[in-house]
Amino acid sequence: MIGWSGWGLAFRFIVFPGFLFTVVIGLVLTWVDRFVSARVQWRKGPKFYQPFADLVKLFTKQTMVPKGSSKTVFLIAPVIGLTAMCIISVLLFYVNFNPHGSFVGDLIVLVYLFSLPPLGTIIGASASRNPLSAVGASREMTLYFGYELPFLLALVVPVIKSGGAIRLGSLVMAQQAGGPFLYSVSGVIAALIVLASIQAKLGYVPFDIADADQEIMTGVYAEYSGASLIMFRLTKAMMLFLLPLFLITVFWGGFANWWAIPKFLLILLLIILIKNTNPRFQIDQALRFFWFGLGGLGVLAVILAFLNL
Amino acid sequence: MSEANRRVIPIGPYHPLQEEPEFFKLIVEGEKVVDLEINIGYNHRGHEFISPTLTYDQVPFLVERICGICSNSHPFAAVLAIEDCAGIKPPPRANYIRSIMQELERIHSHLLWLGLAGHFVGYNTVWMWAWKYREYVLQVFEMITGNRNHYAMNKPGGVRRDIKPEQIPEIEKAMDIVEKKVLMLKNAVLDDPVIRARMEGVGILTSEQAIAYSTTGPTSRGSGIPGDVRHDEPHAAYGLVPWNVVMFTEGDVLAKTKVRLLEMIESVKIIRECLKALPDGPIQTRIEEIPAGEGIGRTEAPRGEVFHYIRSDGSNKPLRHKIRAPSYMNIASNAVAVKGCSIADAALTLAAVDPCYCCTDRMAAFEDGKMKFTWKDLLRLSWGKTERLKQRFR
Repeated sequence: MIGWSGWGLAFRFIVFPGFLFTVVIGLVLTWVDRFVSARVQWRKGPKFYQPFADLVKLFTKQTMVPKGSSKTVFLIAPVIGLTAMCIISVLLFYVNFNPHGSFVGDLIVLVYLFSLPPLGTIIGASASRNPLSAVGASREMTLYFGYELPFLLALVVPVIKSGGAIRLGSLVMAQQAGGPFLYSVSGVIAALIVLASIQAKLGYVPFDIADADQEIMTGVYAEYSGASLIMFRLTKAMMLFLLPLFLITVFWGGFANWWAIPKFLLILLLIILIKNTNPRFQIDQALRFFWFGLGGLGVLAVILAFLNL
Repeated sequence: MSEANRRVIPIGPYHPLQEEPEFFKLIVEGEKVVDLEINIGYNHRGHEFISPTLTYDQVPFLVERICGICSNSHPFAAVLAIEDCAGIKPPPRANYIRSIMQELERIHSHLLWLGLAGHFVGYNTVWMWAWKYREYVLQVFEMITGNRNHYAMNKPGGVRRDIKPEQIPEIEKAMDIVEKKVLMLKNAVLDDPVIRARMEGVGILTSEQAIAYSTTGPTSRGSGIPGDVRHDEPHAAYGLVPWNVVMFTEGDVLAKTKVRLLEMIESVKIIRECLKALPDGPIQTRIEEIPAGEGIGRTEAPRGEVFHYIRSDGSNKPLRHKIRAPSYMNIASNAVAVKGCSIADAALTLAAVDPCYCCTDRMAAFEDGKMKFTWKDLLRLSWGKTERLKQRFR
């Protein structure tokens, strides 16, 4: 990022590949999600502009702040995740197209930035003083602690494989030289763990526990409306674009080539199919699944990676 | 956790869980439900009051509108009560047609429940698929009666429409499809490890509790009580064709699901046997008059036993018409089944009795043996409250 002028930086954050570009692609992807889900469920599904129409509609709605909530926190919370996604988008694109320019520890920065959206939802939901949101927030927190452990363990695998580099650029270069990390036993296991974590980070079935509308009326988002709800929606849409890109960057050789598109679509399809062929976990079942199921697998993957498998 | 951590999680009166007017107050400590308060009565429509103002011919059409899902069970039980009172028997062909209609209704109701159960655990694919297969049953209904719901088949003394010979192969074809799809759904639901994890051991209603709360239908048959009016008191054609009562003993949501899934297979069997044995003859007998006296009608609705009582004074209108729908008892059993569940399980457990609120709501206010409020008083109370609300928000 050295050498960017102020305007260049602003352009990158706001237009490409930051906010605008990611939002537009993300919203199109949510349409893909809705359309494929509809076809799996024998429905017709919406037109491609439906997510945009929803957005416009939400913009015309009033933003309500519940009585007794702390107004500033309630309204700032949705921005946290959105900002994090803009930064991630800039970082990911920069690293993939200029692997030499990446800095030490950017993988850790990315992991932290990816954990900001749940943080934002937890803060916002707790600030709203709604009992359902409070249950949702406690669920979101539990879920976060659940998926973060196997997620981090799985990310150790590519670091080991690239010879101990905690730089995304080194990971991409190592894969360009020696083939994607995915094509090994430990790589497959780790990538599957990351895929499950992605599902949970997106809040998709079977991990839509924090905003389960049949149980706690969309839980964490219960009090949000209008523009503040849009922010959460956009964050989720951007995550739907960025999380698979992250998976490709770390495990599947980066996305600085045309092959990234079919790879991306395959991952997206997998996410949508998992979403549509599973019922929702209970929160303690999800925790057990992540800690004892995937956590154990993660340790196995790390050991296999040490053995060069 | 202590008392201070108790919170109330409201389910209803408007809630995405069940789009019906119910209100469950879940009293929770953290995620655990420690108590449940059931409030119903948002949907009172006064059917028992309207019924004595109508003639016996009109009563089945009224009770049909108690519930859109059980729109064959209620008129069926009502005409059984009227026939019991008049002391007449419908012709055999009418009996078979009544059984066929009742079983078709059971299949469509259970498929509807299965879809909703899928929706409640977040499995929307099961929801959409189950409702798609339900469409075959609705088409059969439309072919026989002209309506997809509110079939208007029953009348005192018989049925109103015949099943024509050319319709029988089509019904059988639809039943083949439905049976295949139900078996497919059964395997999909029962083999899915996550569904099992969500349903097994959840919301257990022991057989003692099931008896104590007088539960009926699949709710009690999932708890090891083989009560089924079709078997215990064979009416219509149920005593004439072979079929089995489905029963499981675990009492959890999975057992209730299994009962419903297997009952659909039994219903297909009953329909096939009835179509095979369908006797020739008239479909209705003429009722000259209904003498003074009383009669009861019981039949097994998809949710359990539906009970109708009719008292006649010899005129052409009932003097009293008492209705007890199965959900009336089943919903109350939630109070014990939900305790100790987590919120996520509570949502599923509340839905597992297949509650029907429009069947359940009833109201009476008596003081010193006299009715406290008449219809006009209630209207006045309602208008007054609306006026006060208007004042407050002005």
